[in-house]
Amino acid sequence: MSGNESKKLQEIEKLQKRVISGSLSRREFMRAAAVMGLAAAAPALYAKAAHAKPKKGGHYRVGLPAANTGDNMDTATNSDNFMITMAQGSVRNCVTEVDANGKAIPELAESLEPSADAATWTVKVRKGVVFHSGKTLDADDIIASIEHHRGEGSKSAAKSVAESMGEIKKDDANTIIFKLKSGNADFPFLLSDYHITIGAADKSGKVDWMAGDGTGPYSIKTFEPGVRAHLVRNPNYFKADEGNFDEATLLALNDANARMNAMSTGQVDAIARCDLKTAKLLGKKPGVEVLETEGTKHYTYPMDVRQKPFNDNNVRMALKLGMDRKVFIDTVLRGYGALGNDHPIGASQNYHASDLPQRKYDPDKAKWHLKQAGMSSLDVEMSASDAAFAGAVDATQLYAESLKPAGINLTVKRVSDDGYWSNVWMKVPWSASYWSGRPTADWMFTIGWKAGGNWTETFWDHKRFEELLVKGRAELDEAKRSAIYKEMQSICRDEGGSVIPCFVKSVDAASDKLGRPAKLAGNFELDGCRSVARWWFL
Amino acid sequence: MNNTLPIIILKRLTMGLFILFGVSILITVGVEALAGDVCSAVLGQAASPETVAACQAQLGLNQPVYVRYLDWLFNVVQGDFGTSLANKREVSELLSKRMGNTFYLATAAAIFAVPLGIFLGVVAALYRNSALDHAISSSTLAAISSPEFFVGYILMAIFAVSNNWFPAISDVESAAGFWSRLYVSALPIMTLTLVTVAHMMRMTRASIVNLLASPYIEMAKLKGMKPSRIIIKHALPNAWAPIIQVVVLNLGYMVVGCVVIEVVFVYPGLGALTVESVMLRDLPIVQGTAMVFATVYVVLFLVADILSMLANPRLRYRK
Repeated sequence: MSGNESKKLQEIEKLQKRVISGSLSRREFMRAAAVMGLAAAAPALYAKAAHAKPKKGGHYRVGLPAANTGDNMDTATNSDNFMITMAQGSVRNCVTEVDANGKAIPELAESLEPSADAATWTVKVRKGVVFHSGKTLDADDIIASIEHHRGEGSKSAAKSVAESMGEIKKDDANTIIFKLKSGNADFPFLLSDYHITIGAADKSGKVDWMAGDGTGPYSIKTFEPGVRAHLVRNPNYFKADEGNFDEATLLALNDANARMNAMSTGQVDAIARCDLKTAKLLGKKPGVEVLETEGTKHYTYPMDVRQKPFNDNNVRMALKLGMDRKVFIDTVLRGYGALGNDHPIGASQNYHASDLPQRKYDPDKAKWHLKQAGMSSLDVEMSASDAAFAGAVDATQLYAESLKPAGINLTVKRVSDDGYWSNVWMKVPWSASYWSGRPTADWMFTIGWKAGGNWTETFWDHKRFEELLVKGRAELDEAKRSAIYKEMQSICRDEGGSVIPCFVKSVDAASDKLGRPAKLAGNFELDGCRSVARWWFL
Repeated sequence: MNNTLPIIILKRLTMGLFILFGVSILITVGVEALAGDVCSAVLGQAASPETVAACQAQLGLNQPVYVRYLDWLFNVVQGDFGTSLANKREVSELLSKRMGNTFYLATAAAIFAVPLGIFLGVVAALYRNSALDHAISSSTLAAISSPEFFVGYILMAIFAVSNNWFPAISDVESAAGFWSRLYVSALPIMTLTLVTVAHMMRMTRASIVNLLASPYIEMAKLKGMKPSRIIIKHALPNAWAPIIQVVVLNLGYMVVGCVVIEVVFVYPGLGALTVESVMLRDLPIVQGTAMVFATVYVVLFLVADILSMLANPRLRYRK
């Protein structure tokens, strides 16, 4: 696409958005499009936008993966699509939300104001928000909901995030002051974590999570964990353009074939996470659209850099150069992916270093690096299981093939899916892994790359990287921040311990009877797990 | 006979209790032997040492296994199956819901499969070695030889995808009333019927054919009786014992063995619950389902033996 054309497209999108919001008439839209030389396409473009105006009504049925009989409404241990869609995306809200452009905007907050060093944040609670039970939201609910994840005895997956929020103080019924341990310009993003949903606090300052109360666009009618959930619209929801369906059924369809069948027979209106092998065929069915969204999810091959031979950066470079990324994406992801550059920040994200040269498959250079490390050939072993990501074992075999010309002999050790994360990952020197990604560079680097972190899967400790991490976090100047994150990506790329071949697109499917926003969120599948809240029937 | 049958039943039920006790120990040992526990399974990739430790302390998992087992046993004897470790749901409530679904599927399949299997077996015996016999044998054997998921997907392709007659996904929770429930579970019922018919049909045919060489059948033939009457009046009553055993074995399979079918059609039954709970290491649920499965087998085989005895007086009086 030429620069001119993409600019035009952006213009049109802007105009369409104004049609959606009702601030532009049909005649005005046509005239504007004609000026841009798009008179012929204008009626269709207008129709698309005009249809996009949310309408209320209907019963939305959606097939979702990753449900479990152990699921529950205590979001501290929620981890995947079904429960994120249900808890964060339908029944509850967070203090902030990530919009389709990857920006954190207030949700249950009215505003979030930082101090000059970004270490103290004043959060104003949105007024007039009521829970399904009738209770009015105030600062106590938010504080109790965050405290649930912190302190001794917390089993929350968001424990480290909640602990980084430092001292939380109620100023008045609608104002909360956060005194962070150190400045963090990305603080609003932390409050959008899907674990940290807001529940109603009782008199003792505790939240009854299992009761399933929330402020979200839907309330729970029935919930059979691992099977289905039946939701009905919350008539008092505070966002006028969300919560459009009268009712919604979330069906637990863990098996990819079952999801594809349910979608192609019309038993559901949308599914998350298509089977990549048959997604193209599904898209050919009349009435079904396959949606691709670029996101933050990426596959990694983390090496334990404390151990031989991975402690030598030349070996790490050789293994990075020996990965044929293009073939990897074409076969493992069936083309639904973007090239990875051995750092964890995707092209769709803020601060992505687009000017960093793309690493290419180069077995000769890999060989050269091996020689620098004083080796003529190398034998390594990697443990892989499909628990790491779908097709991980085959993908690793493929990787082994592409390493051969470089004189590297990779043996793939197939291990059990069961208990992979507790017994294999970060226990053996080299394994396969994945990250669903985080909305900000700082968060991703902190949780997955910071020295000594629980999930720093490479056990990496890089002096300059650590310095930059602290500096970047408190920096409120965009240009300076951008430069810092670019340097960090470059360090990860050239010295880090992880081979990152690709970023994975979300591939979902939806009926063409559904209306949806012009741009879908990429933070999770199916519009950031918010299709139930944001979509509508045409 | 009035004296012996109740005693036999009592003996068998007592033995059944010992079997249940043994099963519960095996299950505990088995789940303990698996890597990880419910805390690391629930937290998955996001687990950190502190959160796992906190979770274990809350659930009492830091106690030795025999203490937890005795606790469980003590409660079960009083009728309390405990709560799920993962989400605190009452195991008995969860089990009764899933049991309802599984027993519905098994009963519906049995209503079709048992008469069909016996009927086809009788027909095959009647016209043995004819084209009809070969057709029945080869088609039912083909169905039983194909993996269940394959049979399921073929049926789905024909009846749900090509022709939109039945739903591909058995969303039984949404179905209200008998007929709509039958409609949404039509495909799993058909699959289960297809994969069990062959066994019963073959056994019926074999045990009848076995008897056809006996002198009393010869006698009946010489009297000029019709072949169909010979088989139904004379051969079948003596063939019941092995047929009943096979039928019961298949009934047990319908309850216990349909995990794969449940996955294909997303049918919320006991099998899927067991597999998921094992993956989660949710011991109370695994124990609960194992107790149900073991009880089903104990009861079914007891019934089979009683029926065999009623059908065959010789079995009632052992020397």
